[in-house]
Amino acid sequence: MKAAFEVNGESVEVDVEPRLSLADCLRDVLGLTGTHLGCEHGVCGACTVIVDGQAVRSCLTLAVQADGERITTVEGLSPEAGLSPLQAAFRKHHALQCGFCTPGMVTTAHALLSEEPDADADRVREVLSGNICRCTGYVPIVEAVLEARAAYRKMEGES
Amino acid sequence: MSAPNRLIGSALERVEDLRLLRGRGQFVADINRPDQLHAAFLRSAVAHGMLRGVDAAEALSLDGVHAVLTARDLGSPMPLLPIRLQPLPELEPFCQPMLADEKVRYVGEPVAVVIADSSAIAEDALDLIAVDIDPLPAITNRDQAEAAGTLLFPEHGSNVSMRWNAVKGDADAAFEAADYTRRETFTVQRHAALFMEPRGFVAEWDTDAEKLSVWGAAKVAFANRKILAATMGLERDQIDMIEGDVGGSFGSRGEFYPEDFLIPFAARHLGRPVKWVEDRREHLMAANHARQIECDVEIAATRDGKILALRGTNWTDNGAYIRTNGSIAPRNAAQFMSGAYDIEHIRLTSYSLTTNKTPTGTYRGPGRFEPDFVRERLIDLMAKDLGLDPLDVRRRNLVPADKMPYPLATMTPFESVTSLDSGDNHALLDRCLAEFGWDEKVALQGQCIDGRYHGVSVGCFIEGGAAGPSEDARIVLESDGSFAVYLGSAGVGQGIETIMGQIAGDALGVPFERVRVHYGSTAYVAEGFGSFHSRSTVMGGSAIVLAAEALLEKLRPIAAAALGCALDAVVFDEEGARDADGKAVAFDALSDAPVSAEARFENKKYTYSYGSLAAHVAVDPKTGQVDVLDIASTKDVGRMINPATLNGQSVGSIVQGLGGTLLEEFVYDSEGQLLTGTLADYLLPTATDFPNIRSTVLELAPSPHNPLGAKGAGEGEIIPVGGVIANAVAQALAGFGVEPMALPLSPPNVWRMLQEAIP
Ligand code: FES
Ligand code: FES
Repeated sequence: MKAAFEVNGESVEVDVEPRLSLADCLRDVLGLTGTHLGCEHGVCGACTVIVDGQAVRSCLTLAVQADGERITTVEGLSPEAGLSPLQAAFRKHHALQCGFCTPGMVTTAHALLSEEPDADADRVREVLSGNICRCTGYVPIVEAVLEARAAYRKMEGES
Repeated sequence: MSAPNRLIGSALERVEDLRLLRGRGQFVADINRPDQLHAAFLRSAVAHGMLRGVDAAEALSLDGVHAVLTARDLGSPMPLLPIRLQPLPELEPFCQPMLADEKVRYVGEPVAVVIADSSAIAEDALDLIAVDIDPLPAITNRDQAEAAGTLLFPEHGSNVSMRWNAVKGDADAAFEAADYTRRETFTVQRHAALFMEPRGFVAEWDTDAEKLSVWGAAKVAFANRKILAATMGLERDQIDMIEGDVGGSFGSRGEFYPEDFLIPFAARHLGRPVKWVEDRREHLMAANHARQIECDVEIAATRDGKILALRGTNWTDNGAYIRTNGSIAPRNAAQFMSGAYDIEHIRLTSYSLTTNKTPTGTYRGPGRFEPDFVRERLIDLMAKDLGLDPLDVRRRNLVPADKMPYPLATMTPFESVTSLDSGDNHALLDRCLAEFGWDEKVALQGQCIDGRYHGVSVGCFIEGGAAGPSEDARIVLESDGSFAVYLGSAGVGQGIETIMGQIAGDALGVPFERVRVHYGSTAYVAEGFGSFHSRSTVMGGSAIVLAAEALLEKLRPIAAAALGCALDAVVFDEEGARDADGKAVAFDALSDAPVSAEARFENKKYTYSYGSLAAHVAVDPKTGQVDVLDIASTKDVGRMINPATLNGQSVGSIVQGLGGTLLEEFVYDSEGQLLTGTLADYLLPTATDFPNIRSTVLELAPSPHNPLGAKGAGEGEIIPVGGVIANAVAQALAGFGVEPMALPLSPPNVWRMLQEAIP
């Protein structure tokens, strides 16, 4: 089955089995391995990508459902060189250890702050509670996301 | 060291973050080899039974299926999963076959492997395999195991696989003479490490070179290479184990499992690369479980609260087989029951029981979390019975600084003697109380505020580290003047690329940017022991210090020749070498060809980090919900390499401990079926659960046993969490007379205790 969509600003067309998940399509067909699979049953959030502005679990989405959508993965949130302000805040606060959950945390936080650059700590925790991290205990992740708000407010002000 | 410390002790941002944050990590699922096939495992759906047959004909006829391997294909004798730590001959009868042959003994045990063009086809084929099993009664608890009506290994004659003894002084005499004794039974539930990146391997057999490459190594690549070589009939140097980015271990990932053998075996069998990545459901029944224990322990003390002795018995539920490190939790649970306390007389026995459940292994703080729960509870119960302040009782009984080194109980078999190396327990306790704000919070003890009962508690712990025997490091001065550090340690997500770079930079006296660290894979150094028992930093780091010294000594004559000065006039600095007159030669000019030095750090003595942890909880009697309002911990690690990564370990460790104390539990039914087979049923902490966690890491008492003075510190604060939270809950619910004797303190369990307590 064919599906055409945009990934990180580029148009792609894939011809895949209807049962192929969007996560497997991104990873195995398109080579975007930054999107991780931690559970494949919709609980851990490691596979989170942004579909038309919304954080979506790519393990629960079929590739063919992405037809016509605009998808952003962690690769698409990364500047050519160096780190985005959100990524830099993660690094500064030591908000990752093994880094396996990190792409999902970054995409989830990006979707949140793009919509709500003033989200408070409770709101950040609430939104991140759909993503499991086994290493950090979340404290530094929340700190990082709170610090990154400034950059999103600025972006909002500029746009 | 040739230059004063600049890197060690600074909270450097991590090198690995740059790739991990950008989605450019290389985890095992990201590895693909040309022409690769995919594997899927058929696992037993029955907990205990005779395996009469496996019919794979229909699966084999499915388009895209290349092979279905069963026990018969593995040759005779069936290769067994060996024991890596404490390989006692008594345990050998309990080793797991790589594929079930005559019997299945737990739900999830691998019975067959399908190899196909894609993992989807391989999984489709699993449904087409017919397995014939005659069920046997399932052993799912201690009573059944001890009754021995059904035996997992009938030839052994018992479901008890092993017995360990921890002895110090004369416990029975001390009990005889004691003013006060109390005996209670405690249980800790089965839970597990649950690292986030599922396990996986890509194996490739090069037929011409007769070499095997295995991607997906972690934790103990060298030990696993040895096992793989022995089970596949290869020489060690025919195998390369390659470690990429690793998504957590916490003791569990990287141990040798049946899949570690079966994927390489399949790759050689078919002459094509084979890839397998575990799914989460599979992980929950296949990877090591941990912690399940019942402890019947008695404490003896004087009337004024001096603890005299501990004695009793532990029973660990080890599941169906003894795996690579399955003996660690039962033996530790006996030896470390006394923790940070000065207890002269100890007699504890641990029995490991075989049951029809997933086999067990180590999980961060193995056999330390469990006895800490027991001991800290006993201390509070005793304080209450004697009308003493539990804080005073702890102060009274902590090992004082002037008694260091302090011997723990001696273990047999696999005799081991160990001593706490150094430290000031009282100082760490006081600091913890100050950080926590104890005086203010203790005023809330037992009070009901807005419908919730408040409780606070504090406990003290030790963490063993730096397991021997040795670690190797090799440092190469490359011709561009940079230094490549090769290490036998392994990275499991703790940031050792950065930490080791800091140690190397200081040891060589050069900037961090000039050092590249390579670790984890077997190709880098002759031998390596990897990452367990909080050992990477101490062992690998000390090896780096020695290798750096050796390398600089090798460079000295080269520098002296270049500078035209005497050997002892050479001084090394950041850029290279100079002589007494300030004439200089840069490192890149000293290395027309790469110069290399290798060193081995050997150590038989453990380090002991130690500290305290205080918690404030509020319990809702209507729901049984325990809210953790605040936690503050202190830990002395002797010497800190990177405070940011260390604090990160501490906070992460505490939250894992809270998961094991309040949320996580593997539940089995009476047939041995695992009822918590998804992350929707097995609850892990999430971002909303525990917002207030604070840790303080100190450098008070350096370890005398290594050149860094560092103590292992990766497990730490998880250890006291169960005991401290349970004591805080007991304090909160003191008015009801609730005394938790079992974990987890989940809402239904706490609610049930309250119902039983309310007349
Ligand atoms: S992999 Fe999609 S939620 Fe876990
Ligand atoms: S950093 Fe390891 S799971 Fe989050």
